[in-house]
Amino acid sequence: MIRLKTGNSPHVRTQDTVRAVMIDVLIALIPATIAATVFFGWYALFLIVLGAVAGELIEFLIMRVIRKKKDFVWDGSAAVTGVLLAMNVGLGTPWWVFLIGLFFALVVAKHAFGGLGQNIFNPALSGRVFLLISFPSYMTGKVFLLPDATTSATPLTMFGDSGHNIKAVWDSGITYWDLFIGHVGGTLGETSALALLIGFAYLVWRKRIKLMVPISYIITTFVFALIGWAINPRLGDPLFHILSGGLMLGALFMATDMVTSPMTPKGQFIFGLGAGALTYIIRLFGAYPEGVSFSILIMNALVPLIDKYTQPRIFGEVKE
Amino acid sequence: MKLLTFKGGVHPPEKKELAKDKQIQRLDLPDTVYVYMANHAGAPAKVVVEKEQEVKTGQVIGEPAGFISAYVHSPVTGKVVDIKKMLHPIIGKPVDTVIIQRTGDDEWELLEGHGSFEDKSPEELVDLVKKAGIVGMGGAMFPTHVKLSPPPGKKVDTLVINGAECEPYLTIDYRTMLERADELLLGIKILKKILGVQRVFVGVENNKMDAIKHLQKVFSGEPIEVVPLKTKYPQGSEKQLIYAITGRTVPRGGLPLDVGVVVQNVGTAVAIKEAVIDGKPLVERGLTVTGEAVKNPGNYIVRIGTPAKLVLDKAGLDESVDRVLFGGPMMGIAIRDINTPVMKGTSGITALLPEQTQIKMPKPCIRCAKCVDVCPMNLQPYLLYHLVLKKRYDEAVDIGLMDCIECGSCSFICPSKIEHVRQIKLGKTVYKALRGAKK
Repeated sequence: MIRLKTGNSPHVRTQDTVRAVMIDVLIALIPATIAATVFFGWYALFLIVLGAVAGELIEFLIMRVIRKKKDFVWDGSAAVTGVLLAMNVGLGTPWWVFLIGLFFALVVAKHAFGGLGQNIFNPALSGRVFLLISFPSYMTGKVFLLPDATTSATPLTMFGDSGHNIKAVWDSGITYWDLFIGHVGGTLGETSALALLIGFAYLVWRKRIKLMVPISYIITTFVFALIGWAINPRLGDPLFHILSGGLMLGALFMATDMVTSPMTPKGQFIFGLGAGALTYIIRLFGAYPEGVSFSILIMNALVPLIDKYTQPRIFGEVKE
Repeated sequence: MKLLTFKGGVHPPEKKELAKDKQIQRLDLPDTVYVYMANHAGAPAKVVVEKEQEVKTGQVIGEPAGFISAYVHSPVTGKVVDIKKMLHPIIGKPVDTVIIQRTGDDEWELLEGHGSFEDKSPEELVDLVKKAGIVGMGGAMFPTHVKLSPPPGKKVDTLVINGAECEPYLTIDYRTMLERADELLLGIKILKKILGVQRVFVGVENNKMDAIKHLQKVFSGEPIEVVPLKTKYPQGSEKQLIYAITGRTVPRGGLPLDVGVVVQNVGTAVAIKEAVIDGKPLVERGLTVTGEAVKNPGNYIVRIGTPAKLVLDKAGLDESVDRVLFGGPMMGIAIRDINTPVMKGTSGITALLPEQTQIKMPKPCIRCAKCVDVCPMNLQPYLLYHLVLKKRYDEAVDIGLMDCIECGSCSFICPSKIEHVRQIKLGKTVYKALRGAKK
């Protein structure tokens, strides 16, 4: 007698899993990892790998020891957080400071809210801001740039310190090409727009991205910078603003974090719009030279509200 | 060529190749049939035969017990051996079932007044359809005569014949279009006369181009347009099909009639021809027996009430089978008992191995928004799931719980393996029960 199993429709599913999603994100971060190693040296690679390994380890301990989930198996999401946090710290960050940040990201920003899928704020960005406030001396300041080991402040720091005069940046010898390939000061993963775009293209190809978020984010920053530039050319042209600082990393990899971004294209558009506008405003008027992290975290907090007011119109619903 | 389609949807593996080249064959008459009185949506029919009574093939054994109900006929010539309640796979509860032991070859009791359709009025034709116990054979089993009797004031101007067959694995509609196009044409002509419509479309997914070409050849000179549709699930869902072909949107909570359209499945149209021209009530249907767990997939004409096991044995069932489905993998129902009888809406019997079903533990939602992207009704499956789980039924209804067509695209695509459809079905049932209790 054959015993039949039962189950609910649909009886077939995609091969896709959460782990596969996270692995794709990690793959997409490989070009930026290479760029970080090329421009900042082996210690950058060490921090990034440490982020991945320690992230999974910390999550394992949280799940098994604190939350007592015996069936926990790794899904890669903590590795993504670790790598992204490494991309968001400067080369001067000691490994133990980095680990404190990672611990904060996973324990407070992620698991205190309920773990995977439940967190309101992007864990990596929460970790970064925590470090920025707790260890400001390590997080800002000058970095050594390979191959000639010159010291360099970040373009946005030069821009901010000069009272928002773009001339200070160009006078230091930085070119658009440097900004594009990433041969400037900055956090480990943010400098190379080229590497980030290659990784992003991979995510788009694998359909792993809420596409409207980066489009709306980058265009908004561009438009705001364009307006600022038209009013006063000293404020820098739009291209400078989208290529410098953490904008590319933020728009392509941080704001697009699935858990902390809106569910509909309309909501994603508003999310990107808010983040883009806040980024430019903080750069010009904020206490910090860069505003990407704060902008995204602020918009993270608004996601439930955005989702509530951008619900899709049900098929067959009459237009009002 | 511009392909017609709808917004959203998914591309599950088609698996049509298993059975698509197998000609329709007749399965040997079963020795015993088990005929549910709920072989249709709506009120179960009332049994009108007694134990030990002799019945002929096509003789009425159940009469409609309400407006939305249907006649049920004996699928074989034999003797009623028992009338008892048996578990119904869709309703999930035992329903009256007439068990008939076959005593010999078919002795038909044909429908009164059958023959030609040209000389009959639409009312007479609808009556024949009703007397034949015809229901929607795509799976929903909604009584066809009800669908063909639009309330006064509703003007129907378009007939859509559903040959999309978007459900993976199933090929019976495809084979019917290839092998029974002449009968399909007659069925369409009868439907046209009943509805008084001029515009007729036959929608077929473009993974069945040979069926499209064949129909275009057979229908040449007739005012019937065979339209290729993009191969995408759930293209054959009524509302999505109407939108793809006519551009009309069935309003929320409304019916195709509200936009002047009637949709009939290919198999139903053929059944209408058999009833009106040949006088045969709906006592048999074509179905596909397929899936990785059968050795010889095929397409068969099977009497209603035939235990699934007989069909599966014919196809050679693999012992390591995981699930047997009535229907295909996206919307089919897993039967508990391998002897569950074939119903009027059973378009296929799909037997899957554990490799295909791959049960995985659900993970937390990572808000990837894929379910929202693919929902053909433009709902938010993740939120419906959450609200039903939290028993917040009224809020769930506000955001479209009752609009869900249960196509399963959301659960199919979900990387976290969340059971949206299961939860939504549960929510609908509970909500209806609660609303009923309040009244």
